[in-house]
Amino acid sequence: MLVEFYIPQDFEKVNDMDDVLKLHFEVDGDDFTSAGEASAEVKKKLRLLGYSPETIRRVSIAMYEGEINMVIHAGGGVADVSIYEDRIEIILEDNGPGIEDIELAMREGYSTAADTIRSLGFGAGMGIPNMKRYTDYFNLESTVGKGTKVTLIINT
Amino acid sequence: MKIKEMQKLLNAEILTKQGDLDKDVRSACGSDMMSDVLAYVKDQAVLLTGLVNMQVIRTAEMMDMVCVVFVRGKKPADEIIELAESKGIVVMSSQFRMYDACGILYSAGLRKGE
Repeated sequence: MLVEFYIPQDFEKVNDMDDVLKLHFEVDGDDFTSAGEASAEVKKKLRLLGYSPETIRRVSIAMYEGEINMVIHAGGGVADVSIYEDRIEIILEDNGPGIEDIELAMREGYSTAADTIRSLGFGAGMGIPNMKRYTDYFNLESTVGKGTKVTLIINT
Repeated sequence: MKIKEMQKLLNAEILTKQGDLDKDVRSACGSDMMSDVLAYVKDQAVLLTGLVNMQVIRTAEMMDMVCVVFVRGKKPADEIIELAESKGIVVMSSQFRMYDACGILYSAGLRKGE
């Protein structure tokens, strides 16, 4: 079953061919300590490119939460980041167990993370709500047993 | 308040070798839950926590924080300190418990910020 969850936020996807910088990351699912490296790399790049601190922070937090989720729940995955002048697009994809009830997963405070994850400071049920909170566009597609794809767009 | 004033108030040991102790900090937050820091914190320069792992530094980095205080005398592993150094984040360790450490800084004028 394909579960789709879509939150329109006055967003219109523009298929133009403006300047774009694409970054690809493999997120290691076996190593919790390295989670966040990709987000840190993107943050550094955006800073060099001169994006505003507020934009950079929103991108960093949203992507970091996504990365943490992939490590905690899905055994890692891949992250593709496209940097445009007017927006940053982040696509996070994994081949993990998928999300059974997306509406429930969207709820603040709801988490299926084990206590071991909580003891690491995560699993408070804020990951997905945070991704939505800090982005202008959020889309989550998940198929149980196949994986999850999260698309995040932050307008600059 | 300067970072070195915080160090004095908390009777803390600075663990990072680099970092600007004269940097002015205006707000702080205390939490062991990094998810909550990412969710609710805005413009805080200092994180007080009893949690010790790499993700504490990563979280501070994502939030543009400049100083992490480990409470209850916790001392992070070298790799955690090295990561903080590479990001220009000052790390210190204080014997005070979370409640006391937050109270001391709050009384001295370090508030939650905007």
